[in-house]
Amino acid sequence: MTVTAPAADPQTNERSRRGSRHKAGRQRIGALFIAPYVIFLVAIFAYPVGLAVYMSFHDYFFAAPGAIVERPFIGIDNYIRAFESPAVRQSFGNVAIFLVLNVPLTVVLSLVLATALNAAIPFRTFFRVSYYVPYITASVAVVGVWLFLFSGGGLVNNLLGPLAPQPSWFVNSTLAMPLIAIYVTWKQLGFFVLLYLAALQNVPKELYEAASMDGAGRLRTFMSVTVPGVRSATFLVTLLATITGANLFTEPYLLTGGGGPNGASASPVLVMYQEGIQQGNAGYAAAIGILLIVAVLMLAGIQRLVLGRK
Amino acid sequence: MKRKALTTLAIISLGASLSGCGGDSGPSAEEAATANGPIDIWYSNNAEEVAWGEAMVDAWNAEHPDEQVTGQEIPAGTSSEEVITAAITAGNAPCLIYNTAPAAVPLFNKQGGLVSLSEFDDGASYIETRTGDRSAQYLSTDGEYYQMPWKTNPSMIFYNKDIFSAAGLDAENPPLSTYDEFLATSQTLVDSGEVQAAIWPAASSEFFQSWFDFYPLFIAGSGGQQLVENGTSQFNNPAGIDAAMFWAQMYERGLTPKENYTGDSFADGVAAMSIVGPWAIAVYDDAVNWGVVPVPTPDGVSPDEVSSFSDEKSIGMFSACDNRGTAWEFLKFTTSEDADGQLLELTGQMPMRTELPTTYPDYFAANPDYEVFADQASRTVEVPIVPNSIDIWQTFRDAYSEAVIFGEGDLQATFDEAAQRINDLAGEE
Repeated sequence: MTVTAPAADPQTNERSRRGSRHKAGRQRIGALFIAPYVIFLVAIFAYPVGLAVYMSFHDYFFAAPGAIVERPFIGIDNYIRAFESPAVRQSFGNVAIFLVLNVPLTVVLSLVLATALNAAIPFRTFFRVSYYVPYITASVAVVGVWLFLFSGGGLVNNLLGPLAPQPSWFVNSTLAMPLIAIYVTWKQLGFFVLLYLAALQNVPKELYEAASMDGAGRLRTFMSVTVPGVRSATFLVTLLATITGANLFTEPYLLTGGGGPNGASASPVLVMYQEGIQQGNAGYAAAIGILLIVAVLMLAGIQRLVLGRK
Repeated sequence: MKRKALTTLAIISLGASLSGCGGDSGPSAEEAATANGPIDIWYSNNAEEVAWGEAMVDAWNAEHPDEQVTGQEIPAGTSSEEVITAAITAGNAPCLIYNTAPAAVPLFNKQGGLVSLSEFDDGASYIETRTGDRSAQYLSTDGEYYQMPWKTNPSMIFYNKDIFSAAGLDAENPPLSTYDEFLATSQTLVDSGEVQAAIWPAASSEFFQSWFDFYPLFIAGSGGQQLVENGTSQFNNPAGIDAAMFWAQMYERGLTPKENYTGDSFADGVAAMSIVGPWAIAVYDDAVNWGVVPVPTPDGVSPDEVSSFSDEKSIGMFSACDNRGTAWEFLKFTTSEDADGQLLELTGQMPMRTELPTTYPDYFAANPDYEVFADQASRTVEVPIVPNSIDIWQTFRDAYSEAVIFGEGDLQATFDEAAQRINDLAGEE
């Protein structure tokens, strides 16, 4: 018995060829569509990071085009200097304090507020806008208000009277960084509330109904339905709050006069600015920047392990 | 994984190769040195200097149709130094900037951004003739002038006569010449309840803030020393420690607040005194009934022997300039006796010129308030023009913040430690 392979169906072959061409064509179109973002990503993120890595291994400083200057390879000297610098170590410690306060506060407050603003409460739109206003207001303007509130002779100290801290808030080495963390939490809250509000729309209503039928109270419903239901948003909020917090600059620069008192609110980015831009030690500043990237990536990895798992 | 590693390597290599690129398509330095043609200049953005700059440009352009000058205010930024650094790096700095801080000159020079004015045949002699002995303070460590000393705002103590009178003090001859007198006067002012602070310099940690609190007093107390001389720190000597102790007491007693004031504490009547230059006359004339005295010294010396900080601004010529021949001629045109007279007239700031009172007798006769500043201008001391200048000032400011403003640690030990680090920085090339 002879078994003959069925002849290939010409129509099937044609469909297959068309499919391949179609797929290839679709990929080309897709590649074209993503090209602008890829170019943006390479030009704005990948190239600067690559250049920063290069700079961090050199005695690098910015120079005029065509100027003959020496920027020798110095290995890991910039990294050693950064590890040995009390100012750099202090700045990383400061930002750790900031993150320990800012990230949990951001997550808890924005979720609670989003849940409240998602419910049918009076003046809901007004409150939604109110929480968002600080986020879109220029930092310089808002900082002016906080300085008015928390300066030595400011409103808060006047209200506190003898209970006002000495030295005052922004010149108190214990209180300066926590106050900055609270300020940033308040200022960014609107954005994160918005993320949670969006996430809350995707929590199935049936779950709330089921919880209600099971006799769950508000707190139980919140803990057992809302919190798990917005888990992916919590991961996003945590990640974004960590990244933006690690890049803290404007607040210590403006609120505490450049990281004061005595460096107690200096952040790594502020030190990078002083070293790289003001003092011309761009290679050293780049090394601090790379260390910051590594630290943030490690934190993000931990967060993904804890919050990002399915 | 391998692809990722290769991609990363490619990106880093691209960064490395691009960073070495230079885009200088203009003429060589030798050609540019004598080239004539249109040039751009930047000047400060305060209204008085803008008026002076525009007048200079108009006067020059009327006589030089083939060498037109385009003037503009220095672009806005956190500070002029950062804007200039960015312009040098981008290769689009103008030919001349009439707002170059001497402390930034070593950095600009290291970047290859400045032209040595000593390379012009009459460069050094022109500067030295106009500025006299003080010009030596503006030489870089290689013995060349990379800046033209232009104008100074010698630091003195402005005080509010009305507040002094209200506090029961002699407003015409206030006791402010010694550290002890200054402290006692400050205590009286604050205790009177008339003001929140006796004097309120910024307590923030920017590198330049020490120019407006510690440095004028250190210069006066030391008989005219710079922060660093011959590569060695001077601020940890007895005069420096005395000046620092003085400020430490001001902070400790609450006579000077440890936080920044968000407005102008002197104009607002929140502080009774301020360390200022002659620019302050125009600013405070209508708002405050002011008086002026030299900065205090440990034991008090005759006012005509007190030196102070210059708060000087120079003119820099930048290497991106293609027509340096014209730039040099324009620079001389704008620092001539006539141009300096106009600067004095329009801004009240003191040209870095010898014998100011006798050169412009009519001006000082008509404006006697400025005469005391003109006298002080002849005894000014500059920041040291040494490598890592800004790094040095930041190191000093950090030590000062710690030991003086916040009173932590031992002052002498903190200053000695900072002095050692600063010696190392000043010794680097």
